[in-house]
Amino acid sequence: MGILKTFALGGVHPEENKLSANAAIEVLDLPKQAFIPLGQNLGAPSKPLVKRGEEVKTGQLLAEAGGFISTPVHSPVSGKVFKIENILNASGYKQMGIIINVEGDEWMDDIDRSDELSTNLDYSPEEIIEKVKQAGLVGMGGATFPTYVKLMPPPGNTAEYIIINGVECEPYLTSDHRLMLEKGREIVVGTQLLMKALKVDKAIIGIENNKPDAISHMSELVKNTEGVSVQALKVQYPQGGEKQLIKATVNREVPSGKLPIAVGCVVQNVGTAFAVYEAVQKNKPLFERVVTVTGKAVKKPSNFLVRIGTPVQQLIDAAEGLPDDTGKIINGGPMMGKAISSTEVPIVKGSSGILVMKEEESHRKTENACIRCSKCTYVCPMGLEPFLLSRVSRLGKFDIAEDEMIMDCIECGSCQYTCPANIPLLDYLRLGKNKTGAIIRGRGRTA
Amino acid sequence: MNKFTISGSPHIKSDESTKKIMYGVALAMAPTMLVSIYFFGFQAIRVLVLACIASLFFEWVIQKYLIKGPVTIDDGSALVTAILLAFNLPSNLPSWMIIIGALIAIGMAKMSFGGLGRNIFNPALVARVFLLISFPVQMTSWPKPEGFSIGLSDATTGATPLGIVKEGLGAGKTMSQLKPEIPTYIQDLMGQMGGSMGEVSAIALILGGLYMLWKKIITWHIPVAMLGTVVIFTSILWGIDSEHFADPVFHLLTGGMLLGAIFMATDMVSSPMTHGGQIVFGVGIGILTVLIRVWGAYPEGVSFAILLMNAVVPLINKGFKPKRFGLKPAISKNS
Repeated sequence: MGILKTFALGGVHPEENKLSANAAIEVLDLPKQAFIPLGQNLGAPSKPLVKRGEEVKTGQLLAEAGGFISTPVHSPVSGKVFKIENILNASGYKQMGIIINVEGDEWMDDIDRSDELSTNLDYSPEEIIEKVKQAGLVGMGGATFPTYVKLMPPPGNTAEYIIINGVECEPYLTSDHRLMLEKGREIVVGTQLLMKALKVDKAIIGIENNKPDAISHMSELVKNTEGVSVQALKVQYPQGGEKQLIKATVNREVPSGKLPIAVGCVVQNVGTAFAVYEAVQKNKPLFERVVTVTGKAVKKPSNFLVRIGTPVQQLIDAAEGLPDDTGKIINGGPMMGKAISSTEVPIVKGSSGILVMKEEESHRKTENACIRCSKCTYVCPMGLEPFLLSRVSRLGKFDIAEDEMIMDCIECGSCQYTCPANIPLLDYLRLGKNKTGAIIRGRGRTA
Repeated sequence: MNKFTISGSPHIKSDESTKKIMYGVALAMAPTMLVSIYFFGFQAIRVLVLACIASLFFEWVIQKYLIKGPVTIDDGSALVTAILLAFNLPSNLPSWMIIIGALIAIGMAKMSFGGLGRNIFNPALVARVFLLISFPVQMTSWPKPEGFSIGLSDATTGATPLGIVKEGLGAGKTMSQLKPEIPTYIQDLMGQMGGSMGEVSAIALILGGLYMLWKKIITWHIPVAMLGTVVIFTSILWGIDSEHFADPVFHLLTGGMLLGAIFMATDMVSSPMTHGGQIVFGVGIGILTVLIRVWGAYPEGVSFAILLMNAVVPLINKGFKPKRFGLKPAISKNS
């Protein structure tokens, strides 16, 4: 363990509340019905390949990629396709999805279901990328960017580092933490596969210092693995943001408006590294993931291995029920997660946690006048001025918003978390980003 | 089915609040309040209490009957303004002048700009300058800080160290001739010098400043830039001619220098938003203060300097942007 590094600008340190850190991953029962949305990645939705009434097996391809930035979707269960219709997603929108009535659990024959560690690295980069693509992998930290796209740097860019994101800076969430403790060896093999795919010889696993067991476990595992190292990081939100993690681990700054590859880095979540291992070594598509179910009123904060498409209600039941005073349910962590309107919403590839909040925690405090304390500016990890950006967004002055670099906002919420006047800064920043982005895209079309 | 609250992230909030900041500032002013009560006795309590009651009253009246909006006098901001106003007044000031001061601070400098967070100038300083110009005699006759006295009658009055030096140098005396007339540095530190209630004890002010730094209510940028500039500027003058210019330590410890640097210039509302801007702001105040003290008509220049720099804060905010992530030179297109 080296000295503790962190990123340079801004940041906050919310109460960690890692209630489920000691709860080993449990396999959750299969749902009776699985709800599988067809847009589980950032980018174009997938196109369905199955019909109503068709029998499917676990791991069978249900839908193919609908474009370059898109991924295939596989059946998380075996059974019969009940319907293909609009289903409610975590954002509160109806979205095309496949509903499957579960019958037994019959897996595709080509999936290796054994638990045995396979360390075979004898694959070409193209083979690895193809397997990752076919397995429908997306970034499992929540952004759900198709993984294979990240493994194919645009011409003129070369990767030097793979950074494996084991930061888990969101309060409450522990799925990555548990995965590192229980599937550490697989994560290391997944990391080596990613290194091969990108032809890099250096990988850094970044872990925040509030997970000392994971740091020592992973350090032990990579001791004899050439090129892979573990970097302990000072606890600081939003260190799990790509740009912040790159700054913290290799001290490079991704230029404004550019991708991490511009500074020779590719960041992948530990969950993604594990999925890469399973896809390549076990031929297993992405149809299950680890999800934390937590919250101060939850009786049994847990980490579950869950099939995609399982309704949130079932996870909450397994954590011993929804408390009566529940006011809000969040898909993800408390800083960046989305509040969901119904427990019928299914788990998707990007769901890292379900946070149940009490009624009294779930309301915002009364907004007061801005006292120009600058605290939003001090904590902004991108060096922006949230008070100014929110004001110009409110006034519709998107030209100023653009000049003041609103598009660099990573929506981490540090400003709003800190604001003494309880101003919903990020609400206005999102509005401003949305409008400014539309104006910029429109300009591109006419030019 | 339960109805769940839907709102955008983040779903948690730090325990920072306007109230916490304001009452934190009030607490940081406690040592200075105690010292002023120790030296000026019952009169100091009178000024403090009257300033607080009048300020809160005017804010309440204006919010309830003129603006007809929500009443927020419990947020602590009027209280902070009131205590700062009291710190800027001599302890023997007639009561009705204190009430006028509170009306100017709250009514004119704060509420007429739109209330908390919208005022350009520091309200307490606006009131001080208003009173200084309107009632120059009463505002510059300082009771000597003798120790606690119950008496309501005026104690012996005397000039401030800055006043003595200004007048003495003006009359052709040299610094070494003036030395016996002004308090020693130890006396300045502890509080035994003439002046406004809040100016007398450097140690109490520094204690308050350290508390605010620790609680992250203020950052070091403004006080350090301002005091550093004063030290450098006055050191140069003193180095050139130590008989006709006071030394830097004298400038630092006397008058409203520390009160201004720690509690006035650092006022969140009327100071710049970025550290770069804050340094420019502090340097500007430092230069203006020395210019006014040494060559101006008034012995004291801190209040004028801060108000003048308050006026250019919007400009400073445009020109000094935070260090942006992923952009090497942090220069704004709008500057």
